Amino acid sequence: MPNKYVGQSVKRTEDPRLIKGLAHYVDDIRLPDTLHVVFVRSVYAHARIRSVDTSGAVAAPGVVAVYTGQDVADKLGPVPCASALPGLKVPDHRVLAKDKVYFVGHPIAAIVATDRYAARDAVDLVVVDYEDLPVVSDVEAAASGGPVIHEQFPDNIAYKLTSGEGDIDAAFGSADRTVKQRIFHKRLAPIAMEPRGVLARYLPGEEELTVWSSTQIPHLLRTQLALMIGMPENKLRVITPEVGGGFGSKLNVYAEEALLGWISMQLGKPVKWIETRRENIAATIHGRGQVGDIEVAFKNDGTVTGLRYNVFADLGAYHQLLTPAIPTLTGLMLSGAYKIPAIQINITACFTNKMATDAYRGAGRPEATYVVERALDLVAANLELDPADVRRKNFPSANEFPFHTATGLDYDSGNYEGALDKAQSIADYAKLRADQKAARAEGRLVGIGISTYVEICALGPSQAMPAGGWESATVRIEPTGKVTVLTGASPHGQGQETSFAQIAADELGVNLNDVTVIHGDTGVVQYGIGTFGSRATAVGGTAVYVAIQKLKEKAEKIAAHMLQADATRIAFEGGKYSVSAASAAAAGGSSEPVVPVGEAPAAALPEPQTEGRTSLTIQEIALAAHLAKELPPDTEPGLSATYFFEPKNFTFPFGTHIAVVEVDRETGDIKFLRYVAVDDCGKVINPMLVDGQVHGGIVQSIGQAMYEEVVYDEQGQLITGTLMDYALPRAVHIPNFELDRTETPSPVNPLGVKGVGEAGTIGATPAIVGAIVDALAPFGVKHLDMPIKPEALWRIINSSH
Amino acid sequence: MKQAISLSVNGVTRTDEVEPRLLLVHYLRDVLGLTGTHVGCETSLCGACTIMLDGQAVKSCTMFAVQADASEVKTIEGFATNGDLHPVQEGFWEKHGLQCGYCTPGMIVAAAQLLERKTNPSREDICHGLDGNLCRCTGYQHIIEAVEYAAAKAK
Repeated sequence: MPNKYVGQSVKRTEDPRLIKGLAHYVDDIRLPDTLHVVFVRSVYAHARIRSVDTSGAVAAPGVVAVYTGQDVADKLGPVPCASALPGLKVPDHRVLAKDKVYFVGHPIAAIVATDRYAARDAVDLVVVDYEDLPVVSDVEAAASGGPVIHEQFPDNIAYKLTSGEGDIDAAFGSADRTVKQRIFHKRLAPIAMEPRGVLARYLPGEEELTVWSSTQIPHLLRTQLALMIGMPENKLRVITPEVGGGFGSKLNVYAEEALLGWISMQLGKPVKWIETRRENIAATIHGRGQVGDIEVAFKNDGTVTGLRYNVFADLGAYHQLLTPAIPTLTGLMLSGAYKIPAIQINITACFTNKMATDAYRGAGRPEATYVVERALDLVAANLELDPADVRRKNFPSANEFPFHTATGLDYDSGNYEGALDKAQSIADYAKLRADQKAARAEGRLVGIGISTYVEICALGPSQAMPAGGWESATVRIEPTGKVTVLTGASPHGQGQETSFAQIAADELGVNLNDVTVIHGDTGVVQYGIGTFGSRATAVGGTAVYVAIQKLKEKAEKIAAHMLQADATRIAFEGGKYSVSAASAAAAGGSSEPVVPVGEAPAAALPEPQTEGRTSLTIQEIALAAHLAKELPPDTEPGLSATYFFEPKNFTFPFGTHIAVVEVDRETGDIKFLRYVAVDDCGKVINPMLVDGQVHGGIVQSIGQAMYEEVVYDEQGQLITGTLMDYALPRAVHIPNFELDRTETPSPVNPLGVKGVGEAGTIGATPAIVGAIVDALAPFGVKHLDMPIKPEALWRIINSSH
Repeated sequence: MKQAISLSVNGVTRTDEVEPRLLLVHYLRDVLGLTGTHVGCETSLCGACTIMLDGQAVKSCTMFAVQADASEVKTIEGFATNGDLHPVQEGFWEKHGLQCGYCTPGMIVAAAQLLERKTNPSREDICHGLDGNLCRCTGYQHIIEAVEYAAAKAK
C-alpha cells in the first residue's frame, strides 16, 4: 500500500502555536517569585584579576545575591569537554573566572536580583581590578611563541594531529603539477535568533532541580549538570521548551546552565538568565576559525593524485563540549566527492584569547568541502579546463560504493555524476558558459561557480562519538487509540514533530492528527542523544520506525488471538489486522470496526467486540491490550515499544550546487543571476521541510561567503559585538533558488534517509566563492578569501586600470 | 517614580503604573504576559519584537512603554480573529515560512504592514518590506512565498 504521508509535503503540526505567538520559549515560561541573573563579564581578553569588589552591587536595590569565581570555585565542577584526543591539553574551565580572564565576555560574577533591570543596574557597581596581560588573538601567532595563555601549556598548542592514508610524498614526488593556496575560514557566529536562556527551579522539599534550557541536547545536558553540580542525575530534570534555533551553538554545556541550577539550589527560588545578543556574540561558541595551506598534486589530465592540508585551528581560550573535535571532522571529509589516493592533514590546534570555537552548522565539514572544492577549481584554472569536467574526472562511479576514502571513511552510497548531470541540465550549463563568454566580450563580469560536495551525516556510530551515537524512541498507543511518540532527538525548528508523525501514521495506518510527538523533557522521554549533525531523522526517525515494527509484532499476536486465527494468516494493512481474505469470506464475518475509538466523549472505555469480526484496527487492539482481558497467554499488557537505534555507519549525502553571479564594475557589488542546487539526501520524508533546510543552509553559506566574520582586534577586543557590526543575510540578499533532488537511498537505515540539515552550509559556500572568483578571472584572480566584500572586488577591478 | 499609562492592546484597554525606563517589549511580555513578541537583539536590528503601534510596524525593544501611552497596540496574539488565522499567518503555515518560529511573530507583523501598503507586491517589494527582520532558519524563500500567498488570498 502506498504511503499516505511519507514523501508528502505535509504542513507542520508545530506551526499553529508558533504563528499565533502562543508557543513557549524559555523566557516565555514564568514562574512565581523568579529571580533574574545578569553576568559581569570581562572587558579584557587576557588579564589577571587582582580583586572583585561586589559590595556596591550587594547593597543595590533589588539585589538578592552576588556570586564570584571565588564563591563557587569549590562548589561546581568544570565545564566539560567531551573530546578525547591523544595528548589533548585541557585547561581547567570553571564556571566563573577566579584569578584570570581569558577572553572578552568571560563571566566573572553573577548578580541575582528581583528583576532583570535591577540586576543589570548592579553590574555597573561591581568593581573588577584587572592587571592586563599580553594578548594572543591570532592563531598563527599563538603557535609561534606568542604570549602564553595557560601557564601549564606554554606552547599554546592544545594538540597536533596528523591523519590520512596513502603515500603522500610519492604523490607529490610523481605529480605532473602541483598548486598551493592559503585558505582562511573566518570565525562565524551561529546567531540563533533566540539567544541562549536558562530557567532553574529547585524544590527543597522534593530535592528536585528542574532546568529549562534552550539546548539541542537535553539528556546529555542533564548528565553533565548532575556531574558539575554534584547531585543525583535522577533528581535533575532538563526541559527544552521551544528552542529558537541552534545551528550547533546549543549543542553544548555552558557555564551559565550549571551556575543557574546551583544558584536556584542556594536560594530555593527559581532563577532565570536570558542571554543578550551582545553576550551571544561574545560568549556563545563560534564556528570555523581555521587557516591553512592546501596543496594539490595532479596529472596533466586533471586527475588529482594527492592532497595535503596543513591547518591551524583557532580553538579559543577554553574547550567547550566538542571544541577540539571539530578540526578532526575537517580531516575526515578532505577527500570530498573524489577518488584521491593519498591525503594528509596536519592539524595544529591552538589556544587564543577568544571565545571557544565549536560546532556551527556543518562543524568542520564546510571547511573540508571548501578546501577541496577550491582545490579542484585551482586545478581547473591551472590546466585551463572546465571545473565541472575536472570534478567529473575525479568522481568514483556509482557502482564503486561503498567507497573507501584515503581519510578512512566508507561512503555508504552515491551517484555524484547523476547529481552533477541534473544540475548542469537545469542550469543549461553549456549555454551558461556561452552566455558568460558573450557577457565578458561586453565587459560584464559574470562568473559561474560549481561545487560537487559530499557530507557526513547521521552522526553517528557510537564508536565515533564521545557520548553515544544512537537515538531512542518509544511508541505507544494509548487506550483511546491516540499514538504517542517519544523521541530522544530534540528538534528545534527542523519539523520532526511533523515528519516523525508522518512515519508513525503511515506505519500504523492511523491519521496524522492521532499522533503526537513528544521531545525535549528528560522527565518524560527515555534517554536520548539529541539533535545535531543532521542525525534526527536518519537516526532518531529510524528509532521511531523500528519501535513501531516491534509494537506491531506484539499487536499482530494479540490480533491473531482475538480473531482466533493463526498469526500466519493475519495481515496488516490500512491500520487493520485482518484474517486473510479467503478464510474471512468463508467465515462470513464482518470487517467493520464496531468500536469508534477515541473521538466522541464517552463515559467509559468500550470493550472491543470481537464476535463475528474478521478484522480489528490497531487502535482496538491497543485498547484490548490495555484492558488485558483477552490477551494471549504470557502477554505483557499495554501496547508500547521502545527502541534504541545504533547506526552501523554514517550516511553521506551529496549534491551539486551551481551559482551564477555578476559583479558590478563600478561598485564591486555582487548580484546572483542563478542558483541551482541538486541535493541527494536519500529518501525524503517531507519534501517541503527538506527544501526549507536547503534554503536556510544556502543562505547561511551566503552569509559566510559574502558578509559574516567575527572580528577581534590585536588586543582581543570583539569588534563585531552586535548585529549592526556582524552582518547577517537579509531577504534582499538571497537568490531565486532553483532546487531539485536526486534520490540515492542510504543502506545504513531502513528508511533510506541520509539527513539534510547541513547540506546547504557545506555545499553552497564553494559554489558562491567559485562564481565570484570566476567573475574576476579576467583580472587574473584565482582565489579570494571570505567574506568577499564589494570593496575588495572594487580594488581589484580598479587596480588593473 | 512610576508613571501611569493607558493603552489599547489587541482591543483591550490596559492601565498600569510603569517605570519610565520599562521597554515596551518588556511591558507586553512581562507585565501583560503577551510573550508572542520576542526579543532577539535589544537594538532594533533583528525585528523579532515588531508590533503594530497605531497602525505602524515598530520595534518594541527600542521604545519605552510610556511612549505607547494612549496608543493602540496590536501584537501577534491579536492577529487571528475569532479563531481564524490572518491571511499572513495562513501563508506562513501553508508555505513553511517558519522553522524555529522565533522571528515569526515579528515577520508576520512586518509582512502584514507591507501588504497594507501594497496589496500586490512584487518580490522586490516583499524583500524590501522585510528588510528590518532577520531570519536565520528559512533562508527567506518560503517567507517570501508566504507573503505572496497572503497577497493572493486577500484579492
